[in-house]
Amino acid sequence: MDEQLTLAQALTNLSDLAPEIWQASVETGLMLAIGLSVAIVVGGPLGILLYLTQPGQLFANRAVNGVVGWFVNLVRSFPFIILMVSLVPLTRLLVGSTIGPVAAAVPLSFAAIPYFARLVEQTLREIPRGVIEAAEAMGASPAQIIWKVLLGEARAGLISSLTILTISFLSYSAVAGVVGGGGIGDLAIRYGYYRFQTEVMVAMVLLLVVIVQIIQFAGNRLAARLDKR
Amino acid sequence: MIHLKNVHKRFRRPEGGWFDAVRDTTLHIKAGEIFGLIGFSGAGKSTLLRLINLLERPDHGSVNVDGRDLTGLSAAELRRARQNIGMVFQQFNLMANRTVAANIAFPLEIAGWSRADIDQRVAECLDIVGLADRAGHYPAQLSGGQKQRVGIARALAPRPHVILADEPTSALDPKTTQSILDCLQDINARFGVTVVIVTHEMHVIRSICHRAALLDAGEVVELLDVTDKQVAARSALAKSLLEAA
Repeated sequence: MDEQLTLAQALTNLSDLAPEIWQASVETGLMLAIGLSVAIVVGGPLGILLYLTQPGQLFANRAVNGVVGWFVNLVRSFPFIILMVSLVPLTRLLVGSTIGPVAAAVPLSFAAIPYFARLVEQTLREIPRGVIEAAEAMGASPAQIIWKVLLGEARAGLISSLTILTISFLSYSAVAGVVGGGGIGDLAIRYGYYRFQTEVMVAMVLLLVVIVQIIQFAGNRLAARLDKR
Repeated sequence: MIHLKNVHKRFRRPEGGWFDAVRDTTLHIKAGEIFGLIGFSGAGKSTLLRLINLLERPDHGSVNVDGRDLTGLSAAELRRARQNIGMVFQQFNLMANRTVAANIAFPLEIAGWSRADIDQRVAECLDIVGLADRAGHYPAQLSGGQKQRVGIARALAPRPHVILADEPTSALDPKTTQSILDCLQDINARFGVTVVIVTHEMHVIRSICHRAALLDAGEVVELLDVTDKQVAARSALAKSLLEAA
């Protein structure tokens, strides 16, 4: 049997796989959508808390800052694959299964929360202290300072942070996929590695390259539009 | 109008120990006057100013503005009281992602004004500081003098009885300085707003102040009267500042 794969044959193989590639893309999209949503909803406020409890800030509190910071570091120090395995009981409890993109989204979300919290904290630090102080002097409440001043002034940086998070977690989702989550990375491993269909591996990597470029481009554009500094 | 009674403020030094920024100071500022706080760096003038709206809380002593003792207020009451005390900063402290109009609207938004009232008041304030044609610009597109005019309009927007100005011209060139001082004087004359201004330049005192307190090492060493743009100085420190000007 001829070992050499022609380009035409490779393309035929890939087009035969089109439904599976589409399915894998949907799974990756689902994992990312869940993970990023949880990161924004939980990690965002956590990052704001980290920032506001720093010394010299609105709610300076060494104890709270220390505990939250310690927890964030703890989760972030786990290699993702180990975090995933150790969260299997939690995943089963929440989703009822450990297979599929929704199950994979549990450890993804768990890892994304502290990651995004740190990014938010770093971004907020760039706001000049004087601007927050001006709002205090005008009689703004803490909620008004958070919504109108912090988030308003940091919006471009927050979009850039979200872009970084999205791209990192596209990569994490491939790891999650291999352990039963599905998605583009899983497809690449199953066909490209286990079945020696190198063309599938190459095509999936190229697909990821394109997705990353699009995300970064869109993130940069949006951040630039929102940034009036 | 503003009565500071035996206010004292100390800060912990980073290297340990304490630093008394304001020492047991009593000061009365009358309604409608432009009052200067002058002294060299570290004399405690900015701290004293920030005690008036409680950005710094005194270790002891009372702060009375408009007949209310601010030190006894709850957090929510203090926020309401602060809406009656505008503040202007050396570094302007404008929000970079808000337009000029939106920056001026900010104190009105947090005070709960209606959109229509806000729009009308913002337009008035833009006119007062002469920036009507810059409403849609962002701070980054403005010169230093224009930024400070936005800062003044923002402080003026909620119709405060008092405006605190912390070295409002120290980041500006001499010509722009004069136009900002004129702007403050104009607001004082037209609306009767009491203005307290911190400066290290005797020129600022002579130019617009009615009275001033000379500070040194956290204490008021002399009260200066200004008549016909002349300052009558008795202390050696005041004389040295006059010579420097």
